[in-house]
Amino acid sequence: MSETRERKDYTNSPLCLSGRGVTKIFGLGDKKTVAVDHVDFDFHEGEFVSIVGESGSGKTTLSKMLLGLINTSEGEILFQGKPRNISSGRKKREYWKGIQAIFQDPFSSFNVFHKIDSVLLDCINMRGGRMLSHEKKVEMMTEACSFVNLKFAELTNKYPFELSGGQMQRLMIARIFLLKPRILLADEPTSMVDACSRATILDMLLDLRDETGMTIIFITHDIGLAYYISDTVYIMEHGRFVEYGKADEVILNPQAAYTKRLISDVPKIHEEWDLSTVELKAE
Amino acid sequence: MKNTLRQVFHSSKFLVGFILFVLILLTIWIYPFLNPGNPLEMIGVGTFAKPGTYVSVYDALNTGTETLRLPDADDKRVDQLLSDADRVSMLEWFDIMEIDVSDLDATDTEALLDLWFEHYDQSIKPKGMTQAKRNFYKRLDNSVRQIRSADTLKIMHPEEGELVERGSINKTDYVNVGDVANVKLLPLGTDNFGRDVLKEMVSATGTSIVIGLIAGIVATLIGLTLGLLAGYVGGWVDDIIMFITNIFTVIPGFVLLILISYSIGQEQRGASVVAIVIGLTSWTWTTRSVRSQVISLRNRDHVNLSKLSGHSLVRIVATDILPYIASYVVMAFILQVSSGILAEAQLSLLGLGPKTTVTPTLGLMMNWAMLYSAHTNGSWWAYFPVILTITLISFSLNLMNTGLDQVFNPTLRD
Amino acid sequence: MGKVILEVHDLKTKYVTRFREDVYAVDGVSFKIEEGKSLGVAGESGCGKSTLALSMMGYYFPPLHYISGDIIIDGKNISGLDPDVVRKTILGTEIAYIPQAAMNALNPTQKIIRFVEDVIRAHNPKADKKEIRERAQTRFAELGLPKEVLDKHAVELSGGMKQRTVIAVSTILSPKVLIADEPSSALDVTSQKMVIKMMRELMEKGYIKSMLFITHELPLLYNVTDDIMVMYAGQIVERGSAREMVFDPIHPYSHGLMGSILVPEEGTRGTTLTAIPGTPPNLKKPPQGCRFAERCRYATDECRYHSVPEKQFDEGRGYCCRLSVDQLREAYKNE
Repeated sequence: MSETRERKDYTNSPLCLSGRGVTKIFGLGDKKTVAVDHVDFDFHEGEFVSIVGESGSGKTTLSKMLLGLINTSEGEILFQGKPRNISSGRKKREYWKGIQAIFQDPFSSFNVFHKIDSVLLDCINMRGGRMLSHEKKVEMMTEACSFVNLKFAELTNKYPFELSGGQMQRLMIARIFLLKPRILLADEPTSMVDACSRATILDMLLDLRDETGMTIIFITHDIGLAYYISDTVYIMEHGRFVEYGKADEVILNPQAAYTKRLISDVPKIHEEWDLSTVELKAE
Repeated sequence: MKNTLRQVFHSSKFLVGFILFVLILLTIWIYPFLNPGNPLEMIGVGTFAKPGTYVSVYDALNTGTETLRLPDADDKRVDQLLSDADRVSMLEWFDIMEIDVSDLDATDTEALLDLWFEHYDQSIKPKGMTQAKRNFYKRLDNSVRQIRSADTLKIMHPEEGELVERGSINKTDYVNVGDVANVKLLPLGTDNFGRDVLKEMVSATGTSIVIGLIAGIVATLIGLTLGLLAGYVGGWVDDIIMFITNIFTVIPGFVLLILISYSIGQEQRGASVVAIVIGLTSWTWTTRSVRSQVISLRNRDHVNLSKLSGHSLVRIVATDILPYIASYVVMAFILQVSSGILAEAQLSLLGLGPKTTVTPTLGLMMNWAMLYSAHTNGSWWAYFPVILTITLISFSLNLMNTGLDQVFNPTLRD
Repeated sequence: MGKVILEVHDLKTKYVTRFREDVYAVDGVSFKIEEGKSLGVAGESGCGKSTLALSMMGYYFPPLHYISGDIIIDGKNISGLDPDVVRKTILGTEIAYIPQAAMNALNPTQKIIRFVEDVIRAHNPKADKKEIRERAQTRFAELGLPKEVLDKHAVELSGGMKQRTVIAVSTILSPKVLIADEPSSALDVTSQKMVIKMMRELMEKGYIKSMLFITHELPLLYNVTDDIMVMYAGQIVERGSAREMVFDPIHPYSHGLMGSILVPEEGTRGTTLTAIPGTPPNLKKPPQGCRFAERCRYATDECRYHSVPEKQFDEGRGYCCRLSVDQLREAYKNE
């Protein structure tokens, strides 16, 4: 078992990604829904940030905006201190060299028609390794796989669907390891993975951060998980951040009513789970 | 890919349909070698010759004979010559003459003829019988007597103004069909123009399948392109494409097809033109299903990931979208081919099919059979095998489609 | 020791795949639940816990097939009965089953009262409409559900409300055993808490005599059930009281599972999560020895090639491993 991880303070490191008044509105007129409502945030380099929210809180919409997969309706996102510009395909591609993602469902994250080798080779090519010799490429893929405790020799020529969910998510991390982006956005990467594989994946994300110093934005609904893994926690309710701060401060001493409720509604094991806080009545 | 193919051929439905279709294709390919020549050659002068083997009478006469004494030869001969109507007329005669025939079996030719010769006399003029009727009985009597009497037919040949006997045919003379110089097998008879129906039909099946394929390819290509554009690009592109698709869906395709076919004019309507017209009116279904598939795929994480990897739109569509919908497209294509063949048949039946005197199509064959009243005069061979072939083709294609559906749609699995 | 309400003895069921392969999803499961007690089943996806729930109803339809074993409810053996008989005489009165997606199973065109009528009339076809309504209203009031819900359609209710309504309707005949398979996993935490509270009230007010609660969420199980059973690869590997199981698991698999619990409580940030390498065995060809041996860091050759002596999980503590409790505890201490 590894040593207890050292927790550094990242609040003074340079800003990596920040947002001012970021808003996303879907639909028009009467059907208008505000998914993300004027949120401000500052993510620092090397910081492990969690965005916690229940379903419908807008956290996935926010993550798509951060990734540049959908446009913002309002507000500004700053990448490394400068306003982000992703107006053209070329600029988008440039931006995506700096930010990558791991998605929730490993089974839909892979193109089932592509072999594992081509998934990894793609990453090497994207990093400008197209000209490398075949041996060098294999060496890089082997290194990436061993980082996530997979054996490349066993994976080569296999298809992603021949792996378990946990292994697929680890392969996703191997992909990130090869790409080495400045920011990794992990959208509930463990929610569809078994408890036992979950620990491995979380561990690997922390290793990845420690090794490369990348910023990890972790989106989750599980406040316990967020508390365990992150340096900074943002609590999201109905498209707004109701509270944010260092994990210890937010979880152990919550200020916002919503955070308090969220924490009290999660079953615990050391403290009594107080069922009297909910009334059985019509919602 | 290999695994998918194995699964596909694991499906008994697909396999049966596939084998059936391949057999049809093999027939189209092999039959012309067995029976070469122009399928539209009018070999018969009359219309609607019955299916069977045709032996040249002239050649049969000039073929060496063997004498066979078959005990039931006479009876068969008489049975064939004496039709049921003749027998009824004979019974009528006995009735007029008030002869008791209660213990006579009309199918017993021997007994019937005995009684006839015993009682019939050409000089008897029953009361109330018309002259025509009496003549009829005379002719009947003559022919019946001939059956009984003549054992030998003489072959006469005119030479220098006189008939010279060249030979004779005995009732016991037989020729070997294999020795006769000209024998023609017409398994499905001839049609109204005196054309070999089977040969024509094999050629027509080929043409119809080609029409179906062209129609299917045209419809699938249009449907796929529009569906991909509408589904993946979305926004106003989607709105416009769906608007057009909806218009085409609302207007009944077949009516459109008739109007287009009619307006093209008879002279321009070749088989391929008709096929393209069919394809142009039947792409809406493919567009809709491809679009809905693409929309659900567009938001899948692997597409997002592909975007994040900086892949171009063309590459994403080609590698991350197309392979996923390939099975649906293949299924849609098979259905399009099947419905294309049916649409051609319907159009041709209405007289709007390909205008051609070079190649027949299944629909045209039905059209001709209908125009020449094959269905009312009992010439089933002119249209029934055609209907059967159309049914078999679309059955085999639909079977393949259902089989594929079961493989690719897990919810339909049993 | 109280009266045994539910007894399952050596239950074996299998799935038949479309390639005619057998998957032994529940392979020799035995346990008992006493009156007034609840038992939780924990395990990873694919361990057979949901199949166990389906198998316990005695309601088999392809691809699930019954092989052998007994399911005895209050002295009555229901295994091997005809599905039709099970539906008419067992479901609703003896056993009620709530799957995860129960709330999506409500026909959107029907009012809730119709479902109540269906449940009651399946057992008493002559039941009077007015009586049914009164009975439903009383029960709904007891469980904190407004009576207006009865005249609503399923689509008008929120997810949590729907799930609570389903539970109230399916337990209206006061079944002896309630089997709940992840009843709250699809809900947000607040609705989940309401569902749990309601289930606890059902127990406290005696509307159900015992409960089998299946989930992969361990902190939830710890707070809901008296006992916890851990299932792995179609078999039960350990059973004990909730406290024992969470704080002192014996079986290496349970130990790994409990070591992965994450709760927002002080102190969890410093801990290290345990991870179990590898993947569960293929249940088409279960390994001959201990099923966990491939992934167990303490496994010996003996574990791999000889089956583990069978253990009963009737009551109290039990585990299924060749190593002794002391050996295992010592090993965990040195980690």
